[in-house]
Amino acid sequence: MRVELMLNGSRRALEVEPGEMLAFALRREGLFGVKIGCGEGDCGACTVLLDGEPVNSCLVLAARADGHAVTTIEGLGTVHEPHPIQRAFAEEGAVQCGYCIPGSILSTSALLASNPHPSDQEILGALDGNLCRCTGYVKKLVAIRRVVEEADHER
Amino acid sequence: MSAERDLKVVGRSVTKLDALGLACGQARYTDDVVIPGLLHAKILGSPHPHARIVALDTSRAEALPGVLAVLDHRNTPRVMRTTAGQGFPEPSPYDYTTFDDKVRFVGDRVAAVAAQTEAIACEALSLIRVEYEELPAVFDPEEALGPGAPVIHDEPDARAAIPVEYEPGRNLAAHVKVEVGDVERALAAAERVFTRRFTVHMASHAMLEPPITICDFDDTGRLVVRTSTQVPFHARRIVAQALQIPVRMVRVVKPRIGGGFGGKQEVMLEPVCALLAWRTRCPVRLAMTREEVFVTARTRHAQVIDLRTAVDGGGDLTAIDLKVVMNNGGYGSHALTVACNTGSKVLPIFNRVPNQRFEATTAYTNLPVGGAYRGYGATQGYFALGVVVDEMAAALGVDVVDLWRRHHIRAGETSPIFAALGEGRAGVVMTVDSCGLPECLDRGAEAIGWAEKRGRRPRDGSRVRGVGMVCLMQGSSIPEVDMGAASIKLNDDGSFNLLVGATDLGTGSDTVLAQIAAEVLGVGVEQVLVYSSDTDLTPFDVGAYASSTTYLSGGAVQKAAADARRQILAAAAAMTGASLEELDLADGAVVGPDGRPLVTLSEVALHTLYAHNQHQVMGIASHISHRSPPPFSAHFAEVEVDEETGVVRVLDYVAAVDCGTAVNPKLAEGQTEGAVVNGIGYALTERYLFDGRGRVLNPSFGGYKIPCAADIPPVRTILVSTWEPTGPFGAKSVSEIGINGPLPAIANAIFDAVGVRLTDAPFTPERVLSALRAR
Repeated sequence: MRVELMLNGSRRALEVEPGEMLAFALRREGLFGVKIGCGEGDCGACTVLLDGEPVNSCLVLAARADGHAVTTIEGLGTVHEPHPIQRAFAEEGAVQCGYCIPGSILSTSALLASNPHPSDQEILGALDGNLCRCTGYVKKLVAIRRVVEEADHER
Repeated sequence: MSAERDLKVVGRSVTKLDALGLACGQARYTDDVVIPGLLHAKILGSPHPHARIVALDTSRAEALPGVLAVLDHRNTPRVMRTTAGQGFPEPSPYDYTTFDDKVRFVGDRVAAVAAQTEAIACEALSLIRVEYEELPAVFDPEEALGPGAPVIHDEPDARAAIPVEYEPGRNLAAHVKVEVGDVERALAAAERVFTRRFTVHMASHAMLEPPITICDFDDTGRLVVRTSTQVPFHARRIVAQALQIPVRMVRVVKPRIGGGFGGKQEVMLEPVCALLAWRTRCPVRLAMTREEVFVTARTRHAQVIDLRTAVDGGGDLTAIDLKVVMNNGGYGSHALTVACNTGSKVLPIFNRVPNQRFEATTAYTNLPVGGAYRGYGATQGYFALGVVVDEMAAALGVDVVDLWRRHHIRAGETSPIFAALGEGRAGVVMTVDSCGLPECLDRGAEAIGWAEKRGRRPRDGSRVRGVGMVCLMQGSSIPEVDMGAASIKLNDDGSFNLLVGATDLGTGSDTVLAQIAAEVLGVGVEQVLVYSSDTDLTPFDVGAYASSTTYLSGGAVQKAAADARRQILAAAAAMTGASLEELDLADGAVVGPDGRPLVTLSEVALHTLYAHNQHQVMGIASHISHRSPPPFSAHFAEVEVDEETGVVRVLDYVAAVDCGTAVNPKLAEGQTEGAVVNGIGYALTERYLFDGRGRVLNPSFGGYKIPCAADIPPVRTILVSTWEPTGPFGAKSVSEIGINGPLPAIANAIFDAVGVRLTDAPFTPERVLSALRAR
């Protein structure tokens, strides 16, 4: 079946299987930043933004994206033009193995869109669905605080 | 060591080289490739903990359209080996073949299928008919070692590859016993003896990327194994061994890895995937589901530990008697070496105690299989020692920090245990050349507020606070066993390609190794392009385990870079007429005695590649270590115990660690923070639950609770700088030690708060409440 959506800012049509989950349809499109850590909605590695809201794309039917906007990590920035959150995560040591990072950064992006001045508790709450085994979350908190401060300086 | 105070790249928190690519989702892991005609493989697991396969019917699976191959014990070579990715010959017993006619734990491998789609592969599995003869099962290691227990490895060809104690006929996978001094006499003469039994539980690595392998062929027909591994060179050797093909027919490539923590030091999927590819002549993908990671991948070994200590009339510790029974599950992965480490990484911290005895016995049982896991036996041992030291301090009426201060090993000292206990053989004689433990104790105690908080028990309703601590050591590489190698070549523009066998599995070792090379070559880290872990292209390295990469592979990089440096200086001397002894490298150039640049590295490169006496400037070196210098650490935890609910919350955590020179302080902190939070999960929530037949009841992140962001306390890392003379620019290891602290530090903090000793991990609310009621 055919699904039409806004994918990372471009109008796209995807051929998907009935019952296929969005994560796998996106990976088939070459969007390998969508990671599969459990396939059961527990770990958050497959997090993408659906109309700006973080969802576990392994639990969302690809067909549900029809007529909606989907943002993956590839839509946020690239190594040549990184998003400030991506740069802060990299520079603050928040990236170790990196497998949870696309999901964590997308959750952060959604948080900051709705709450530009989150408290530490709000930051950690927003990351709660993105399991990480490498960092203990400590440097992620540091990186997100930095993004908030930098945004304030620019205002 | 003139460079000690004048380091330009080492000691700086440069950004991890691959971090931005990972943060942008552009870095490629094993699964992030498109291969036309890729087949999908699935493995059929046993529903029984212990059974013989009496009959197998795969005909319906084979007949299913889209199925290309079905493998089981009848059509695959029986080659006894181990899945443990260790040096050759491996100290783990050869008790495993790719497919056997017997299953030894629930989930053990029965058959594998390769098909055009994952759905067809799954359907094919459901069409395989297996007739089992169920056998009595045993799950408790002490029962397994007792008389009348079912024999798990009754096959005649199970054997040890090295001369060690191995008696599969009584489920004994490994045994080791050493004694220094006379423990019995010291116990008899003691003023006080402290005796405790501890149980330390199984755990999952829970790396976010499940193990995965993709096998393909190059255009000469060689097998290319793209795999999520910590041990690419061991994986190449074991794949060749399992398939009975020459090593030259196998190339192992390690892409980016989504974490390992020891779980990917195990060669589990590669031989099955390679066999399916070899049979079908098609590319094959084989990945574990999360459930398979919990059930069929490796775990931290559960142990039962009996610890006795003796104290004389002056309050000095005179004897330690440490006895371990380890549960290895159905196969003997790391059966000997993890058990040895429970002694060899724990007892030497108290080298002043003259009488020490260590005995470890590893049992086969019908549970999931133990393996390498960050901490590697030391985690279990430090729980027991840390709690008993706390108990002794309380009984003797002294501050536990002072008790540690009085007994711990110091720089310039040795321990007879170093020589007595190695990894599968005798250890090596060594002195400790660097030890920052005194400063770790001082600064850690200060940071947590030890003097103000210890023994105060502030109460808020039903919630009471307490603080606890522990001291730790680990090692850096396996001395006289591990080898790492590196090569480095100069490019036209003065940049370098650094090729290492060392395996970055997310730790940042590519970056740390680039920093070491850059320091030697007088360039910025951006001038060093790292490529790691491709068995066709990079030199050998044992892989990422035993806290060895910075110390051992870093030593190889330092030597290889020094080799390249000598060649550059020789070329520059010929180019400029300057005398070789006067030349140095700095800021991308060869400089004279006044520090002024004579020729740039690019000019040297262009000269040596194109102008005169043309040659490739290229350094290469191998490195082994004759010792395993321990990093040291002091951990302090503050907890709050709710006496009504039994819930323990960690409020604050301080880890002061001496890793020698922290080559990249931010990455060293990251290693410590990750290890500590993993350890907190292990202490409080993470555990396997089984039914009465050895089946895992909670094989998911929903049922096996690892810490999430909202769970974490403030974790503060204090890097205590020392200079390890045998390490690259003074460095030791840092990756493992941090996970050993939370179990004892939290247990001791709980005692400080509410006066109960928890000796069975993890400290669930049920256990805490039950201990409070028995108080």
